[in-house]
Amino acid sequence: MLSDKVESTSEKRMAGLEFIGLQKISGPLVIIEGISGVGFGERVELITARDEIRQGRVLAISEKAAVLEVFHGTSGLDQENTRVRFMGRPFEMIVSKEEVLGRIFTGLGMPLDGGPAPFRGEPRNVNGFAINPVARAYPEDFIQTGISTIDGMNTLVRGQKLPIFSGSGLPHNDLAIQIVRQARLLTEESSFAVIFAAMGVRHDEAEAFRQSFEESGVLNNVAMFLNLADDPTVERLIAPRVALTVAEYLAFEEGMHVLVILTDMTNYCEALREVATSKGEVPSRKGYPGYLYSDLASIYERAGRIKGRQGSVTQIPILTMPDDDITHPIPDLTGYITEGQIVLDRGLYQKGIYPPVNVLPSLSRLMSDGIGEGKTREDHRNISSQLYAAYANAKQVERLASIIGEEDLSTTDKRYFTFSREFENRFVRQDKDEDRSIFETLDLGWELVMMLPEKELVRVTPEQIEKYGKTAHTSHQE
Amino acid sequence: MTNIDKHKNGDIPLVTYVSGPVVKASRGHILSMNEMVEVGTQRLVGEVIGLEGDTATIQVYEDTTGLRPGTEIIGQGMPLFAELGPGLIGHIFDGIQRPLTELQEKWGDFIQRGKVGSALSREKIWRFTPRLGQGEIVRSGQILGVVQETEAIEHKILIPPEVTGTIKKVAGPGNYTLEETIAVIETTGGRDIEIRLYHRWPVRVPRPYGKRQMPSEPLLTGQRVIDTFFPLAKGGTAAIPGGFGTGKTVTQHQLSKWADADVIVYIGCGERGNEMTGVLTDFPQLLDPRTQRPLIERTVLIANTSDMPVAAREASIYTGITIAEYFRDQGYDVALMADSTSRWAEALREISGRLEEMPAEEGFPAYLASRLAAFYERAGQVVTLSDLKGSVSLIGAVSPPGGDFSEPVTMHTKRFVQCFWALDKELASARYFPAINYLQSYSAYVKAVAPWWFEKTDPEWEKLRDEAVQILQEDAKLQNIVKLLGEEALPDDQRRILEGARLIKNDFLQQSAFDPVDTYCMPVKQFYLLKVIIHFIRRLKDVVDRRIPLFRAMELPVVEQIHRAKTSIEGEDTAPFQHILQDIDSQIDQLLARSQEARDVV
Repeated sequence: MLSDKVESTSEKRMAGLEFIGLQKISGPLVIIEGISGVGFGERVELITARDEIRQGRVLAISEKAAVLEVFHGTSGLDQENTRVRFMGRPFEMIVSKEEVLGRIFTGLGMPLDGGPAPFRGEPRNVNGFAINPVARAYPEDFIQTGISTIDGMNTLVRGQKLPIFSGSGLPHNDLAIQIVRQARLLTEESSFAVIFAAMGVRHDEAEAFRQSFEESGVLNNVAMFLNLADDPTVERLIAPRVALTVAEYLAFEEGMHVLVILTDMTNYCEALREVATSKGEVPSRKGYPGYLYSDLASIYERAGRIKGRQGSVTQIPILTMPDDDITHPIPDLTGYITEGQIVLDRGLYQKGIYPPVNVLPSLSRLMSDGIGEGKTREDHRNISSQLYAAYANAKQVERLASIIGEEDLSTTDKRYFTFSREFENRFVRQDKDEDRSIFETLDLGWELVMMLPEKELVRVTPEQIEKYGKTAHTSHQE
Repeated sequence: MTNIDKHKNGDIPLVTYVSGPVVKASRGHILSMNEMVEVGTQRLVGEVIGLEGDTATIQVYEDTTGLRPGTEIIGQGMPLFAELGPGLIGHIFDGIQRPLTELQEKWGDFIQRGKVGSALSREKIWRFTPRLGQGEIVRSGQILGVVQETEAIEHKILIPPEVTGTIKKVAGPGNYTLEETIAVIETTGGRDIEIRLYHRWPVRVPRPYGKRQMPSEPLLTGQRVIDTFFPLAKGGTAAIPGGFGTGKTVTQHQLSKWADADVIVYIGCGERGNEMTGVLTDFPQLLDPRTQRPLIERTVLIANTSDMPVAAREASIYTGITIAEYFRDQGYDVALMADSTSRWAEALREISGRLEEMPAEEGFPAYLASRLAAFYERAGQVVTLSDLKGSVSLIGAVSPPGGDFSEPVTMHTKRFVQCFWALDKELASARYFPAINYLQSYSAYVKAVAPWWFEKTDPEWEKLRDEAVQILQEDAKLQNIVKLLGEEALPDDQRRILEGARLIKNDFLQQSAFDPVDTYCMPVKQFYLLKVIIHFIRRLKDVVDRRIPLFRAMELPVVEQIHRAKTSIEGEDTAPFQHILQDIDSQIDQLLARSQEARDVV
């Protein structure tokens, strides 16, 4: 009884409890003392002496003091005259379909295109809520991207989170753009949207994305959230959450199929490390905080489908592996959360191959449920497995050839050697606007494996060799 | 004292500090260590994890956004517990045993915060049949009666631990809900204790048992590389370490589908939501090969996915093992899969960091090793308090950062498990599954389960297995030379090893989880498949001895039969294997004879 009363009076507190003066400013963090009635995770506004407003949130709270994280940075704040307004609510974004699509926002969800801020619709907590595993529908709708290495060997399905592991200077943006442009289902046409969240990317990269959306005529179905390289670091922590809040709304309330591009997750993680360090937290690997996994999961897990609801959220996060190292904590923890990864390879890129997808470390965990009879084709699983086995073996043969020389290889190994080249040049390589159907991809795969002796083809059945292999081979001969 | 009285005396703990899941409170003296608490009007569930002076440190199992200093905290007077009784099987709970299906009914598709009803349904009616009568003297752990929970599981209603006395009253056969009293026991002290269909048990305390036994029976999984090469015993412990994409989860799923345990407890600890959905979609449809009942009828699921609160992830492991022990106490063989223990260790690290404890290796707390040890020690084969045989086998997945097995969680786990199934990135990238590295893996149970295999298959079992292991090891040595010189450079007697190892790898060890026949392999089939392959390798020696080129033997039609055996021969039929054995002999003999003729002509 009593406690209810206490709670209800404080509930009535109007948003905008204000205090003045800061005790400590350190990096992106601020400590304010002598406050009361403030909750953990609450949104705050810091008002400078010149009435400039900066956004932030409460990171830790005790009876007398609060630690605040300031998204716009603390530069220019002074200790005496800064006013802090506690909003009594977590960070929220107001979303409605008409007011977000076709628009450009900052990482905090403020308009960048001169339009008004969205005001219709419910404010939604940008941290979201975990989807109950019982409510999830298992993703199994094949998305054709028109890219052989993805469709044939690392199939993307609706509701999946499939990141691109790249390195600096590799054409991950081109690949992402090509996926956005070409992605479609084999079966139906339906309403779709693209949410693009940039974290610390360069102006020209963001502009390239915008232009490509414009050229392919989808701009009206796109919402862009831009935190560019020269924008405040801490804002990067909110940008993907704002973007995903919009994505979830469009998918689960408006029934749209939403493709979310998050780039670059490496910048996000570095921002997280920066804040953790200024808080004086105990670091774990390479200085990243111990909760990096949980934090990344709270972003990546916001993908999927829900039973009884129309839409879906499919995520394609992009990250650049520092020093091309896949064991670095960022790609490593990402790989543990996401449902596979598409790995770009500098070696292939230097050979002039686009897209430089190295299929061996690449993986799609949801592939086996999205392919096969009725979805793609009955032989898909086996031919894909055969291509993997053959290419893995071919790579070993290449290593051997670099020691003993190509001439001294056995006849079978020589065939593998040629297979490897042909695979990279014909299967992996394709033009930036080349949209291959899944059947073209599979037939091409057959044509390539038929270059090998038939006794090497242990992952496919004799019937399949007869049905697909022989025909693919003859058509090639003609 | 009621809470209101406490409040009047100014004696109710209040929140003084909030940082993520860690909350500090004043007036800690009225709380006790590990006591469960409810915080604020939303009744967020938490647990006292530290007391110092008058300050209590509490880990809250839910999101603390919006929580303010000054909020009241109500102690529950008992530690974090699990509810044990009918209604566990086939259900899915979160890390602190909140029923996820009921949460969905209440809140919709997204998980909100706060307390909801109880873990087990209070409305559901169960048919109870008593096994004991009035006047009987009982002690804890004895079977009072039974409830047929699913077709596959007869749920035994146990006298709760720490209760001993005489049955004063017991309900007759009939339908009861969980809250109804089904028996009254008068303790030796003269106190009456009411028994219901369920009881509570603190999750961090191992449940009592009669005595421990040495594991001796294999936990069959239908996976050849495990059952034949690196077997796990019922009541044993195993770890599956592997970097991402090496197939940990697929292996765990395969084990939980096909392991010949009576009850499976599957803990999705900090893993993907879609994976739990996959289990929930598959298990009602798949049939247990032994009982022909849907797998879900023997499965309890605990899901604390990576986006659910981290403190509840820490608790999920204990909730799961307590449920496993409870079924063990009913005389069942239970297998518990924890995917992944690394996420649990990370939850420990995260909370430890927020408590500002001194870190040990890689930021993990110094007590990581002892917590891991305590967890794996809860496995075992036991004689229960009611003299039944029961076991808990524990299979923990480990997700080493960067696939590096020298990191703290893998290293410490290795100290406490008897079976180590190391997953390998290279095998996985060639889509060679299960990607269990046969050189790095080991099992300490081979000797313990050998007698079982003698009896069920053939006395030759251990010999064949050892021979296969030896061939693989020789092969590994030869591969180093092959890498430098190519296979052609080796003499035929060494190439025989390479060809033999290739047969073992491709036609025995590799097993498809997606092939309807190959996904599960009966012990008899495992034995004969290996026998056929080893027999062929032995016969190759004759070929090499006669200086017949090895490739002639590898071109024999029987080789194709060996390749196809794992997917074409179903069930326990041994006749097709006998045929292959005969074919090997006749075809090799022919080959030898032909070469002899050729030589005679010359």
